[in-house]
Amino acid sequence: MITIIDYGMGNLGSILNMLKKIGADAVISSSITDIGNAEKLILPGVGAFDAGMRNLAHLNLIQTLKYKVLEKKTPILGICLGMQLMTEKSEEGTLSGLGWFKAETKRFSFNGGNNLKIPHMGWNYLSVVRENNLFRQMAETSRFYFVHSYHAVCRDPADVIASTFYGYDFVSSVNRDNIYGVQFHPEKSHKYGMKVLRNFAENV
Amino acid sequence: MYRKLKTRVIPCLLLMNHGLVKTVKFREPKYVGDPINAVKIFNEKEVDELIFLDITATREQKRPNFELISSIATECFMPFCYGGGIRTIEDAKALFSLGAEKISINSNAMDNPDFVKTVSGLFGNQSIVVGIDVKKNIFGRYKVYHPGSQALTDRDPVDYAVLAEKNGAGEILLNSVDRDGTMTGYDFELIRRVSERLSIPLIALGGAGSAADLADAVIKAGASAVAAGSLFVFYGKHRAVLINYPGPAELDRLFLEGIAIHEQRI
Repeated sequence: MITIIDYGMGNLGSILNMLKKIGADAVISSSITDIGNAEKLILPGVGAFDAGMRNLAHLNLIQTLKYKVLEKKTPILGICLGMQLMTEKSEEGTLSGLGWFKAETKRFSFNGGNNLKIPHMGWNYLSVVRENNLFRQMAETSRFYFVHSYHAVCRDPADVIASTFYGYDFVSSVNRDNIYGVQFHPEKSHKYGMKVLRNFAENV
Repeated sequence: MYRKLKTRVIPCLLLMNHGLVKTVKFREPKYVGDPINAVKIFNEKEVDELIFLDITATREQKRPNFELISSIATECFMPFCYGGGIRTIEDAKALFSLGAEKISINSNAMDNPDFVKTVSGLFGNQSIVVGIDVKKNIFGRYKVYHPGSQALTDRDPVDYAVLAEKNGAGEILLNSVDRDGTMTGYDFELIRRVSERLSIPLIALGGAGSAADLADAVIKAGASAVAAGSLFVFYGKHRAVLINYPGPAELDRLFLEGIAIHEQRI
């Protein structure tokens, strides 16, 4: 059973719908029990960093998550803000993140000379940097939906499994052991996103 | 393969009660089909994004059709934006919970500028699109149209777009009332004037008649994304109703060739 963590932020219905479509057992929940019993976890997220951390704290989920992820090694996939919350901190807010990666979340910043708008919004591509189970057998032409103004900056290159170009190459997916994060929205990326969720459900 | 951010090409579907309709210059809505069916077809065609606009909700003071939106969200594996009749934070929250990526606010953004600020602050500016409908007045000047009261205001679209950005809009959906449904091409002058003053994305809408128009609005007029209604809903000289959308190879070619030609001309 995959538990999609409901902490009041994110497109939970769409994630559930896509998992159902690929035949995976999934449930949306904010209860410590459901999260404690989950075989796999998804941490979604749309919105601001501090609001995310605050909501997790108010629901008393941080301890349970740390236990499940760091000690029980339950596979977890962070999506968009969910991935950013796994870093140590963000320029968007003042609260600390979960700190599961040696990384910080920073705002896109271009040195002028390009017309790029923020947020990075639309369909973009991945450069897979390290072979991994999340992107196994993914088509070369795979594209994914991104919508974000901030992105992770990793200090340990080994944590980076994919990068994407928007003004510069930025980290679009991370992985360390059982912990995965994607900056894009697989639940909004058609069959390409479906492949990533299927890999998470079946191969991770 | 063009490995940079793909330009978004977005079908814009108008809703009236429970059906899809198409208008010409914002008049004479004609029924064109069932919205859920359209979503299923667009899913298969791997469309970038969808925009749904309920064209009578604000005018008739109705709230968004949550049931319909829920059905759309269940079927839709790409981002969608919903607009029409959104007046309160509760409305916005409900729409995001149902699965809408973005909401579009038009008349209510003019009537209540604080509403945009509030939604943007709570949900992030990427979640809120401000829709601006533009029509020429009798002196040929571009003015903002207020769809809720079906009246032309005296506001300048460029100034209003800049203000909307300042108030927290994440994108501007710029629609030409004069070109709506005519398939005679986008209004490049209008698009250019607004896009040069914005740092947020501008989605051009109104008048697209061919796939080439889509690339032109971006390359020649500076739109960040392009939307169209008639182009994706009608087919052929006699405007038979047929949901259609260019394939990925055709879109790549249009945008790449368009850029190549544009660069040659500079």
